[in-house]
Amino acid sequence: MENLILQALSGLASASSLFLVASGLTVIFGVSRIVNFAHGSFYMLGAYLAWTFVTNLPRGHLGFWGGVLGAALAVGVIGMAVEMLLLRRIYRAPELFQLLATFGVVLIVQDLALLIWGPQDLLGPRAPGLRGSTEVLGLRFPLYELFLIGVGPVVLGLLWLLFYRTRWGTLVRAATQDREMVGALGVNQRMLFTSVFFLGSLLAGLGGALQLPRESVNLHMDLSIIAEAFVVVVVGGLGSLSGAALAALLIGELHAFGILIFPKITLVLVFLVMAVVLVIRPHGLLGRPQEAARGTGMAEPVIRAAPPALKWLGLAALIAAILLPPFAGDYALTVLTDMAVFILFAASLHFIMGPGGMASFGHAAYFGLGAYGAALAVKWLAAPMGLGLALAPLAAGLGGLVFGWFCVRLSGVYSAMLTLAFAQITWSIAFQWVELTGGDNGILGVWPAPWAAGKLTYYYLTLALCLGATLILRRIIHAPFGYALRAQRDSPLRAEAIGMDGFRIRWAGFALAACMAGIAGGLFAYAKGSVFPTYLDIPRSVDALLMVLLGGVQTLSGPIAGAIAFTGLQEQLSRMTDLWRLVLGIVIVLLVLFFPQGLAGAARSAWEARDARPNA
Amino acid sequence: MTDTILETEGLTKEFRGFVAVSGVSLRVRRGSIHGLIGPNGAGKTTCFNLLTKFLPPTRGRIQYDGRDITGLKPAEVARLGLVRSFQISAVFPHLTVLENVRVALQRQRGWNYDFWRSDSRLRQFDDRAMELLEDVGLTSYAMMTAGELPYGRKRALEIATTLALDPVMMLLDEPTAGMAHEDVDRIVALVRRVSAGRTVLLVEHNLKVVAGLCDTITVLARGSVLAEGDYATVSRNPEVVAAYLGTEADSVSMGAAAHG
Repeated sequence: MENLILQALSGLASASSLFLVASGLTVIFGVSRIVNFAHGSFYMLGAYLAWTFVTNLPRGHLGFWGGVLGAALAVGVIGMAVEMLLLRRIYRAPELFQLLATFGVVLIVQDLALLIWGPQDLLGPRAPGLRGSTEVLGLRFPLYELFLIGVGPVVLGLLWLLFYRTRWGTLVRAATQDREMVGALGVNQRMLFTSVFFLGSLLAGLGGALQLPRESVNLHMDLSIIAEAFVVVVVGGLGSLSGAALAALLIGELHAFGILIFPKITLVLVFLVMAVVLVIRPHGLLGRPQEAARGTGMAEPVIRAAPPALKWLGLAALIAAILLPPFAGDYALTVLTDMAVFILFAASLHFIMGPGGMASFGHAAYFGLGAYGAALAVKWLAAPMGLGLALAPLAAGLGGLVFGWFCVRLSGVYSAMLTLAFAQITWSIAFQWVELTGGDNGILGVWPAPWAAGKLTYYYLTLALCLGATLILRRIIHAPFGYALRAQRDSPLRAEAIGMDGFRIRWAGFALAACMAGIAGGLFAYAKGSVFPTYLDIPRSVDALLMVLLGGVQTLSGPIAGAIAFTGLQEQLSRMTDLWRLVLGIVIVLLVLFFPQGLAGAARSAWEARDARPNA
Repeated sequence: MTDTILETEGLTKEFRGFVAVSGVSLRVRRGSIHGLIGPNGAGKTTCFNLLTKFLPPTRGRIQYDGRDITGLKPAEVARLGLVRSFQISAVFPHLTVLENVRVALQRQRGWNYDFWRSDSRLRQFDDRAMELLEDVGLTSYAMMTAGELPYGRKRALEIATTLALDPVMMLLDEPTAGMAHEDVDRIVALVRRVSAGRTVLLVEHNLKVVAGLCDTITVLARGSVLAEGDYATVSRNPEVVAAYLGTEADSVSMGAAAHG
């Protein structure tokens, strides 16, 4: 009983911190419609800056609290700068590009933080005046936790006053409902967006700064908090402040009690709750269906046959990929094998994102299921490579069928968040079920059959299977199923009216893409000889998104170009500099700013513009 | 085969207590062109969405071709040959005009889950698709991206897509809304031409369209049937005149009602 009360109280304290971060995220999303991956980075920056301020300022109340508030304000200003320099220029770009840009910021901040504060965990001082503990219902409870419990409601109250009692708040609420209308009424949208970003980032920074006395400051804070903040915001309903508070409470307590009851699967529990909430209430607990933003729909080009020049280029690349490797060294062969694997991985994601019109933030789940499917077969059944490679797409396809059934009934950001949730569930199972999967140590000894053990042979095997599967995907896009998939993406209502079952078509497409990602995963497992939970974590999913978006969603050659460019770039960067994340992040941001159609899209428009000129 | 193809009994739709459609009993004769008219807010579009299953009714039954379709899904009634169009034109914007029609044709052949048949095999539909496009005057737009079509042409494309399914019964939701004058005449002629051998139910605001086109007209007001009959009967009904004059004294519809 006593244990339960303590657990409930510490659940409240985490809920409070979670709410600070999530409220900022939801306010930003409500107005700008940007899913801000960098919000977690702002949280991390808040913690680091608070550490610097607090340790450099004189000890005492002023030094500590001044440092915390100073850090929050500084993060607010940083957020404002990011909005003005980057996001402001891409409000009209497709949602996923905005996401990509914010992920670029994540990478940049990660390396900058590493440069400034170093890789080791930093411990901050405890809060003056709140060092000890106190008696709550006869139980000893840390004072600082009690203080945190109070912060959440106070911030909620202040935000409520801000939004419902000031003119600025009224404008923000109006913009959340219909930003075009607010613009039409003559409100300075730029100021409004920038100030909302300031507020949202400030809240994230405050959330981070307040963690200083609780836990060590480290470089993993950004991605771990962003996943949870996404869950809270989505469960509460995107853009809803009270929803975020309610969901933060729910998730905070779930964590606290989950540890008591299912210590191994707390993470699974959190994401499972999210999945259930979204299936029952597709717009979150207190969310409303989003009005489709007007005037942002660009006329996307139709998928047409590739121009002849591109076909020749592709053929030349293929010939090179077949003829040159015998002259390449082991390192080059490893990179080439990776490229082939990632081409299929990217193509499978493109299949659901481009023609299918569904965003997936968790495609690594199927890559990982394929890898683990093969590896588990090797570990527990001593399966030969042939069987392992056959089980890979099966395991991934099965995962795709089960998870897809939930994901494809939602749309837009909610659907994407659900894919993320399922990916995190799979990741937690791989990470936490140590007996089966080896946990963080992974599964070793997944080696190819003797006949394929040579690097060159294995490269050719991978190339054949990956290119074959990619070509099958390409063929399906041009088959009747591909047309049906594109039709339901373009106009779900119309598709329904001509007798197409959109749900089943999306579901089949999702499972198929999962299967294909599974093949890639299985081949990757044998190429590396091992599998680890990192095969299905968030960065891996983002890698796939990057490849597709860098290459361009609109063309079939896009994901291929993107996979080659990304793998090559990452490989080169990580060899040249320790700060490859920084460079990659800057490259991403620049690409989004200057080539919003992706590499292949930009090349194609340039080509078509050149062709069109003589006729015009 | 009975004479009535679509019949509703006490069809009712409530939105949180607001009764949008109340006890509507409708009978559409096979092979006829049936108009559903009424002033703004009369419940025409709600009624229409009930018939096509895009909204579930609160009470009442819908019978189509001797079958109770009250509990079916939109895609299912579409496969039974009851096909609708939309008021806000809904085309597949990122497919070409020709592909828009072809998707409907392939659906009709049950090819939706065909993962292998190649693009060139789909070309066998091109002739039929071009015929349909010619019917609606879109031949020269065939290779254009559908999203780039002007508004009136999108409506025409929608009708072509609907026709591609060879529907037994077509439900058209204000097919001439927002169209220029000459386009209206073309659509009216088109609806008359394609109605041969089918039943058409159309919701209309423009009384001039209904006058020339419909065999039977049902007038809705405040969610219930106010009058039914041919145009001459309905337009002389004092309640109908009052409903239009009373609620829309300033609108164009009044003028149209007065002129007949």
